[in-house]
Amino acid sequence: MKGYRKYFGKKIIWLIITFIAAVLLNFILPRLLPGDPVAVITARTAQGVSEASAVKQIYEDYASKFGINKPMHVQFFSYCKNALKGDFGLSFSQYPRPVSDIIHDAIWWTICLQFPAIVIGWFIGNFLGVLAAYIRKGFDKILMPIFLFFSSIPAFGMAIILLVIFGIHFKIAPTSGGYGFDLIPSFSFKFIGSVISHYHLPFWSIVLISIGAQAVGMRSMSIYELNADYVKYSRFMGICDRKIVGYVFRNAMLPQITGLALSVGTMVGGALVSEIVFSYPGLGTVIYQAVTMSDYPLLSATTLIITIMVLIVSFGIDIIYAFIDPRIKAAQFD
Amino acid sequence: MTNTIKQIFHSPKFVVGFCIMAFILLSMIIYPLVNPGNPLEMIGLGSFQKPGTYVSLYDSIDSSSTIFKLPDAENNRISQKLKDEDRIAIMNWLIDYGVSESDINLSDTNSLLDLWWKNYDSSILVEGMTKAKRNYYMRLNKSLESAKRTEEYVVSHTDKELNELETVRTIENTDYVNIQDVANVKRLPLGTDNFGRDVLKELVSACGTSLRIGLIAGAIATLIGLTFGLLAGYVGGIVDDIIMFITNIFTVIPSFVLLLLISYSIGQDQRGASTIALVIGFTSWVWTARAVRAQVISLRKRDHVNLSKLSGHSLIRIIITDILPYIASYVVMAFILQISTAILAEAQLSMLGLGPKTTEVPTLGLMMNWSMLYAAHLNGSWWAYFPVLLTIALISFSLNLMNTGLDQVFNPTLRD
Repeated sequence: MKGYRKYFGKKIIWLIITFIAAVLLNFILPRLLPGDPVAVITARTAQGVSEASAVKQIYEDYASKFGINKPMHVQFFSYCKNALKGDFGLSFSQYPRPVSDIIHDAIWWTICLQFPAIVIGWFIGNFLGVLAAYIRKGFDKILMPIFLFFSSIPAFGMAIILLVIFGIHFKIAPTSGGYGFDLIPSFSFKFIGSVISHYHLPFWSIVLISIGAQAVGMRSMSIYELNADYVKYSRFMGICDRKIVGYVFRNAMLPQITGLALSVGTMVGGALVSEIVFSYPGLGTVIYQAVTMSDYPLLSATTLIITIMVLIVSFGIDIIYAFIDPRIKAAQFD
Repeated sequence: MTNTIKQIFHSPKFVVGFCIMAFILLSMIIYPLVNPGNPLEMIGLGSFQKPGTYVSLYDSIDSSSTIFKLPDAENNRISQKLKDEDRIAIMNWLIDYGVSESDINLSDTNSLLDLWWKNYDSSILVEGMTKAKRNYYMRLNKSLESAKRTEEYVVSHTDKELNELETVRTIENTDYVNIQDVANVKRLPLGTDNFGRDVLKELVSACGTSLRIGLIAGAIATLIGLTFGLLAGYVGGIVDDIIMFITNIFTVIPSFVLLLLISYSIGQDQRGASTIALVIGFTSWVWTARAVRAQVISLRKRDHVNLSKLSGHSLIRIIITDILPYIASYVVMAFILQISTAILAEAQLSMLGLGPKTTEVPTLGLMMNWSMLYAAHLNGSWWAYFPVLLTIALISFSLNLMNTGLDQVFNPTLRD
């Protein structure tokens, strides 16, 4: 267990460091860059106000409200203190709704949509990748370019294509929203049915994209492994093919798991944009609203939440990895 | 070197990717020569005009005409007016009216219309039909009657002095104009977008901007990644620790989030295409740095590097002559991938409304953003977004293909 403890300890320290860095970046970036968010807000509120002193008054009012006239470190600590309490301030665009309330409503939609989609896409992709590497010939020649092409389409593009084909042309799926516009969220059969029918298109668009990307990676990993010495040796020993494929799959899978941990951030980014296409009530749509209405507190809080989600997921994958990778298991006996 | 290039061009994947890319680049160069002008000019009033050839109605009145007696002219005229849903509506009316269903043949326009003329009367009240529906049938009947009409049209213009109409020309239904004789004919192979701009022209120009963004961002990311990777891998020690610390942090924090925050904070006014390219470049170097470092560490202890060190060569010289050549192929591949990710990243940013400022240059992402804002995907204007999507996919597909091709050449274990 000692090996594990050391490994986990190291991972947790990194988690904390990255977390602090993420919070710092989230705090510092908008303050370092040339644009002044408070000036933007002032410009929006002060539209039509021609008197310079009035505009200045509005600016100073906002400045003291957001505390930007206080020294940097005071701001940072009050920011951290409030963020820990889950208080991200009030949203500008949906005033006087608190930001945490908006995020609380949106976050489960995003988690329930993206988590299963990425996991299922990952499994199917890896399976097809091994199959392509093992069968080669015709199967590989056709599938490989298709996978590559699929992984080249941006996630929102796939979303639009599915939307137009199944939502508008065949009319078998609703085109926007997370549930019927005439329903109020509740635990009724009608509502759940509506949620499920709205779920399909965004779900499959994310799955299809991740299948492509994962299959390409898994295929080259497997080809690499299939040429390894241990495979040749097993062949000479007369071990049956199915067993060898099993070995190859396990070995090629390991880098894929780390790959997943590292690429979760990119995948989530793409998937968030495809939420916009469907006006899905998740974080992607919240980001979009925050950007179009220049709602800075909302944007900043959303990005922080997404970063934390990605951090947790990749930490989780690292932990799972420790139990799967025999080398880390072996470290226990050192 | 020539041998390597020859080998690269023997890889079918690389060649296909290269051809797609070459095609895109060539059309980017040639199309503006054939069809010059500002790609952002709003030529059409109204949004999302269908693709096709637009002939000036005004000019065609002045053009000399010839007479053709085409046997199917009248049929074409009617079936142009008669869409599929109209046919079904006619059938429904006839069934409601009492014609038996077996007599009606949907695909045979003549027999369907014969039945319609024989039976339809606007004064007949069919049971259970709404007023809106009845009005629809009246309109349909009127448009069909106008298509059946054989009288000529009279074109006239107003005489200002006498204040009366002066006939310019009468147009028979057998008059035809050669399209060559009409002064103004506009070909819009991909129609117009929401602002009435020529989509094809805009697309070609946007493709250029997006590729430029990709190149700049890719170059910056590769340069930073390469420098960091080389330093961390070769120098080692405290430099390695610091660089790896930064790299580790940026691997887990999604670059998408950084991109979002930075491009939002820069503000709308400062966001030009090249600024966006810079931002994308600065947020996507992490992978290159990690991979270069790993490669350099395995090279650092090789004999030829040690020999160089013993000969007292400078750090820069060792890196350039003894290490870079070994990782060059990898860096080229990473660069190619960076370009395609940067193009995708620009498209994603623009979809969120954080792309380059909108008035000066078109980019692929901005075209997508506008067509989504004006709901092109919901109102069936496929030409405004599908070609753009296809271009994005093709560019990144061709880059990925080239990359796989190169991978197989430089990485013999992956070869077929």
